[in-house]
Amino acid sequence: MGKLTRQLLPFGTLILFIGGLSILEPETFLTLENFLNVLRRSSVPGIIALAMTFVIISGGIDLSVGSMLAIAGMIGGLLLSKLSGWPYWMAAFAASFMTMVTGAVCGLMNGTMITKLKLPPFIVTLGTMSAFRGISYVMNDGQPYDMPTYRYLGEGVITLWKTLEAPKPEQFALEVERVLWPWQNVDLSQFAERSRVVSHGIPVSVLIFVVLIAAAGFVLKYTRLGRYTYAIGSNKQAAFHSGINVDLNLVAIYALTGLFTGIAAMIQNSRTVSAQPTAGQAMELDVIAAVVIGGASLSGGRGTLTGTVIGILLISFLRNGCTLLGISTNIQLIVIGAIIIVAVSVDQLARSRVSAIDD
Amino acid sequence: MNDGGHDSGGETVALRMTGISKRFGPVQALSDVTFTARKGTVHALVGENGAGKSTLMKILAGVHQPDAGQIEIHGETMVFANPGQAIEAGISMIYQELDLAEDLTVAANVFLGIELHGRLPWTIDHKRMAEETQALADRFNFDIDATATVAELSTGDCQIVEVLKALMRKASIIVMDEPTSSLSEREAARLFEIVRDLRGRGYTIIYISHRLEEIVDLADDISVLRDGYVVHTGSAANLAIPQIVHHMVGRELKDFYPARQVEIGEVLFKAQGISSAAGIEDISFEVRAGEIVGMAGLVGAGRTEVARAIFGVDGQTGGTLHLGGEQLAIASPADAITAGIAYLTEDRKRTGLCLELPCSWNVTLPNLCAIGMKYVISPGRETQIARQYGSKISLKWASPTAPADSLSGGNQQKVLIARWLLAESKFLIVDEPTRGIDVGAKKEIYTLLNDLAGQGKGILFISSELPELFGITDRILVMRRGRLVGNLKTKDTSPDWVMHLAAVEEN
Repeated sequence: MGKLTRQLLPFGTLILFIGGLSILEPETFLTLENFLNVLRRSSVPGIIALAMTFVIISGGIDLSVGSMLAIAGMIGGLLLSKLSGWPYWMAAFAASFMTMVTGAVCGLMNGTMITKLKLPPFIVTLGTMSAFRGISYVMNDGQPYDMPTYRYLGEGVITLWKTLEAPKPEQFALEVERVLWPWQNVDLSQFAERSRVVSHGIPVSVLIFVVLIAAAGFVLKYTRLGRYTYAIGSNKQAAFHSGINVDLNLVAIYALTGLFTGIAAMIQNSRTVSAQPTAGQAMELDVIAAVVIGGASLSGGRGTLTGTVIGILLISFLRNGCTLLGISTNIQLIVIGAIIIVAVSVDQLARSRVSAIDD
Repeated sequence: MNDGGHDSGGETVALRMTGISKRFGPVQALSDVTFTARKGTVHALVGENGAGKSTLMKILAGVHQPDAGQIEIHGETMVFANPGQAIEAGISMIYQELDLAEDLTVAANVFLGIELHGRLPWTIDHKRMAEETQALADRFNFDIDATATVAELSTGDCQIVEVLKALMRKASIIVMDEPTSSLSEREAARLFEIVRDLRGRGYTIIYISHRLEEIVDLADDISVLRDGYVVHTGSAANLAIPQIVHHMVGRELKDFYPARQVEIGEVLFKAQGISSAAGIEDISFEVRAGEIVGMAGLVGAGRTEVARAIFGVDGQTGGTLHLGGEQLAIASPADAITAGIAYLTEDRKRTGLCLELPCSWNVTLPNLCAIGMKYVISPGRETQIARQYGSKISLKWASPTAPADSLSGGNQQKVLIARWLLAESKFLIVDEPTRGIDVGAKKEIYTLLNDLAGQGKGILFISSELPELFGITDRILVMRRGRLVGNLKTKDTSPDWVMHLAAVEEN
């Protein structure tokens, strides 16, 4: 019962929100274009939130993900700028690979320090949050790396259909002239100047997000790593007495978080066509908020990926809706804050029937 | 020491608890207990672990409220809704784990919650508090510096701080729970001096201890609790240690325990000279296939530490382990489980169960590889396996997917037993498996362990309850202060002798 309300509340809020905005702003909000845009924006924090769900279920926290996003991205940017002599696709591939590896290595460092130095995750990742950010600034003297042609992951789509758009007389905006099959090509020289062919379909970043939701969901539910994540978060001592290698699993969880953050960094670089040392600032807070709104307990042992995905969508739609309604980003912060507190207090109320047996 | 010719009628009664009963869930902790302490005496309260001593004292201290019965302090009937009211009435508890604020000074601890205020509002007059604490300490001839930080003090000095705390709160009845359990002999001797001095000044001391020698030495009166009943109360003068022991353990064994008709086989498990940093030294014993070996001892004697050393929880600093003739190298519980050892821990909530997770997950937790789910878990088959093992031991759950904390204590224990049944371990260590569970479930657990032994497994049964050790074991090992002091055939020994070995220091 408590579990059900826990899932329903954020989901209900999300549905209400989308419903409300659809009525208030049907022209701008309720369009496929806008929905895809929201999903595209969700993908970076969303991918990190998937991994953060593991961390929080295990009873930990990772404050360094925002800085990790920056450092992983900067390494990718640096590599791409150094490999200008390579064929473009090879350089991009190498840069993407190194971005992921950097993330994984950063996560591995967090996990190793947490388990070997026996420090609380909060302290370790508070430290690395600062250190990773510092390194990202130092790398290029605080300047971003341009990645001019690195667009596909962030802005590319898996083409489902194409449209031919052409200018109409006495109008600046282009209008759809013809809908094409994905494999169809047209000779643009036959059409007016400024005419173009636009691909439509699933954004690559959203596709990556969806694939990772499925992968993380599988790991959490159907593998020992996922099961041990719950057990460690629920009762570390019991897990240890059941023969679970607690340290190894924790290192794996933090390394996984690094890897996911690295994947998110590739998308982030691609979306901004550059590697920014300021990327992901305060993103850890959005990510943690999404996981908590989704029903995970900061004391560990509880949480679901469905909840987290709902949480991140709620935050993204909220941002999008507020922007469309002309509500300032400052007000958005207040609303998100209120939602976090309401979600968690409802959770507490549902669980307040604590047994007081003393032996 | 004995004020000769006393009879309780003629003297002032400081404390009278009448008809006290208390139940925790399925466990009747106290049944109609009557307890009277005369003013200016030391009244010892003894009993096995779980006999109800602590519960009785927690009721006196206002921590628990009795289901029935009344408390009179100096002839006045009192009802304590919380510990504050008990302190107000002059009752002070000194718990075994002293609760002092370690980073504060002696004076600050003594005045904790009743601080003296300075001239300005919201300020604390540290100087006056230190002076008054020192004056009080001097009046009682306690050698202690009121301005010292508690963290720097020895355990014995901490006891004195607790006594000062009690005195500063104008306590007239002071309860001491196992005060000597962590004191050196010299410190203990000093504490006895203090207790005698306080008695001389008219304070009433209720003294809980497992160390029977110090009790006969110190107490004027003795009350013995067993299974929540007072089984003996009276003057200490005409009571010797063997009689006290007999009162503590003297239960009838009835047919509560299954008949042991097991073929005892070859040596299955052998520990030789096991030591660990947790304070056990040179422990050697054998367990044969089909044998249930009990382990007795007082709290703190090192029984759980033996289990932890064998299971790889605490690192071994010496000794060797053999199982089925093979030498084992155990560095972690994972190694022990792989080798075929199971450990049903003493505290199922702290080291056993993941309470908010489904029962089925708890059952399969150490066994996922063994049931072919090393790479991919099949939830349907997992639930089915849990259900199958649950029904073997008549586990009562709404469903195997219900969270473990929705079960009663006995069924929670069975979830853990199902876990180790599924692991098919050859050697089981069970640590207080019947603690805090009701009588029916206890009996089922005895039968289950008996059946497991019948299948040729070896069992090490750690327990503080002598009747159950005598009810189902073939041999009993006795631990005292980290050492094995007895290895007895159950049928050739007596509870009195085991208790004697466990409790009485031989110099």
